[in-house]
Amino acid sequence: MHKEPLFHIVKRPAIEWYKSWAIRVLAVILALILAGIVTLALTGLNPLKVYATMVDGAVGTTRRCWALAQKTAMLLCIALALTPAFRMRFWNTGAEGQVLAGGMAAAAVMLKCGDLVPNWLLFILMFLSAIVAGAIWGVIPAFFKAKWGTNETLFTLMMNYIAIQIVGFFVLEWSVPKGSGQIGIINQNSQAGWIPPLFGQAYLINIILVALITVFVYVYIRYTKHGYEIDVVGESERTARYIGIDVKKVIIRTMILSGAICGITGFLLVAGSDHTITKDTAGGNGFTAIMVCWLAKFNPVWMILTSLLICFLQKGAGEIATMFQLNLSFADIITGIIIFFIVGSEFFINYRIIWRKKEKEDRK
Amino acid sequence: MSLVMFLQRMVIQGIPLLFGSTGEIITEKSGHLNLGIPGIMYVGAIGGVIGAFMYETGVGPENMVPALAILIPFICSVAMSLCMGLIYCFLTVTLRANQNVTGLALTTFGVGVGNFFGGSLIKLSSADVPSIALSATSNYFKTALPFADKLGAVGQVLFSYSFLAYAAIIIALVASYMLKKTRVGLHLRAVGESPATADAAGINVTRYKYVATCVGSIIAGLGGLYYIMDYACGVWSNNGFGDRGWLSVALVIFSTWKPDVAILGSMLFGALLIIQNYIPNLTMSAQELIKMTPYLVTIIVLVIVSARNKRENQPPAGLGLPYFREER
Repeated sequence: MHKEPLFHIVKRPAIEWYKSWAIRVLAVILALILAGIVTLALTGLNPLKVYATMVDGAVGTTRRCWALAQKTAMLLCIALALTPAFRMRFWNTGAEGQVLAGGMAAAAVMLKCGDLVPNWLLFILMFLSAIVAGAIWGVIPAFFKAKWGTNETLFTLMMNYIAIQIVGFFVLEWSVPKGSGQIGIINQNSQAGWIPPLFGQAYLINIILVALITVFVYVYIRYTKHGYEIDVVGESERTARYIGIDVKKVIIRTMILSGAICGITGFLLVAGSDHTITKDTAGGNGFTAIMVCWLAKFNPVWMILTSLLICFLQKGAGEIATMFQLNLSFADIITGIIIFFIVGSEFFINYRIIWRKKEKEDRK
Repeated sequence: MSLVMFLQRMVIQGIPLLFGSTGEIITEKSGHLNLGIPGIMYVGAIGGVIGAFMYETGVGPENMVPALAILIPFICSVAMSLCMGLIYCFLTVTLRANQNVTGLALTTFGVGVGNFFGGSLIKLSSADVPSIALSATSNYFKTALPFADKLGAVGQVLFSYSFLAYAAIIIALVASYMLKKTRVGLHLRAVGESPATADAAGINVTRYKYVATCVGSIIAGLGGLYYIMDYACGVWSNNGFGDRGWLSVALVIFSTWKPDVAILGSMLFGALLIIQNYIPNLTMSAQELIKMTPYLVTIIVLVIVSARNKRENQPPAGLGLPYFREER
């Protein structure tokens, strides 16, 4: 006779919100414990001190707090850009390239027009060119997806490296001094095109702008017709066509928006913090943002939390690495562990495991 | 003789990509888009480095036994890539997690592991050496066929490589044969195209997915091992492997999911990686643009394949989708 398996898995119809969050918090705690054990094995540091060092590294001083806030804002901004696309089930893995395209355009305007136009006009030009460049980078894969169903995950992924090489090209072409291989700080003396500090805080305007974008994306996906159309296309393209939504138009429109917000991130990075452009301006955040966005279940408000969590861990792990003269990639290992746990925990939210009942109960 | 040099270097550049893409093709044929391949290749490389470093500093370069010098790094590399494959499988197959997110996290993790141990191995093992330079191990790995030099140009182009290079080509050919001609290959393709149908036909979907992903990870990890021991002469440098992992993923599309086509594709990509050194009067900045060509070519192939919509060139239909038996 065939034996009944030890357990089988059933999809949960719905789960109470507190249960799902309990599972997620448990996953984060388990991940932190494992991260602590890994750190302990590598450094021999007392586990409690590991966490204390991480907290200190992330928020130990006012300066570190602001740096954390800036890093979080940038990561959040990219994650927000991805949100409309992901809700449409358009896997935009090209945020890195779209941010670089925007940053490159902003840097080009900053460099070439810095002395020619008044500062307010320079900002507008930089902002617009960044949006256009990001949108173009986003809409190319969308166009082919809409026309021929070209796989967008792979297409946008390849676009990243084209953007990186284009930045590499311009960085060498415009390097200062010639042949140094880097552009260096743009407009160091005039500070033209630099986002000015507000109340003495260099990053405050960046953070406020990202907060505004958060509200915008939240309203856009929740309360507008566009947002509704995106959700329908994401659920089922056939349903969308049936109720008269122009799927191709929605795909292209949404990716223009997604690319444009990535472009804004590039502008903020160039004008608001780096004041230069390199191949590393996006710094892998385009990829990290995919995880941030997904971990928050495509909800802009939760995204604030998830991006803060990831940035906190990266800063904290970076501090441990510096303290023990270990390689800074330590932060990536910790980030990876956390994401594995949270990604894995989704299973227990969506599915229920039913264990094989005892023989006796069966006979009753 | 510079043509001979060019062809040799082209092959050496192409082999890691071939390993990576063969591994990824086998994985994707089971319906799993493993974007963790770049990370797995880093881990495969650092696995070899850790094994070789322990052995070389443990017994000293003069006391090394050739068989062990190859076997220890090889086993370490395979074991670590296998662990990465298992992490990915467990999350995406058993726990049905999102493949893109898991894959990207695996890449972050894997590149982190590679650079972390590459940068901290000396400090962690408190060895008394200035940098990781495993030239002794690398020499064993690079042992070529003895008659290569005697056959002139042909011998140098065809027979001057180390055993891992030939292994890459043999693995690709075997994979191609397996996928096309054997029952196992047919079942694997069925799992990737339509897991529900495969399941109904009595194929153990979970087992096929696990085995395909783990074998794919091991093969991809060997690409990292080849790179570090052969191309880089056993010298680890952080991020030295660069974006070759993503190029391997690109090569999968370029070869339209066929390992035998990937052999030729990897040679072409290898040539594109070094061609800038052979074009006279090229500025540094123009070189950057030439480095873009493999990706550009891949996009063009991707678009053409989707526009022509020929059935045999399409990605597996179930690619990227989790399979849950009770959900139809």
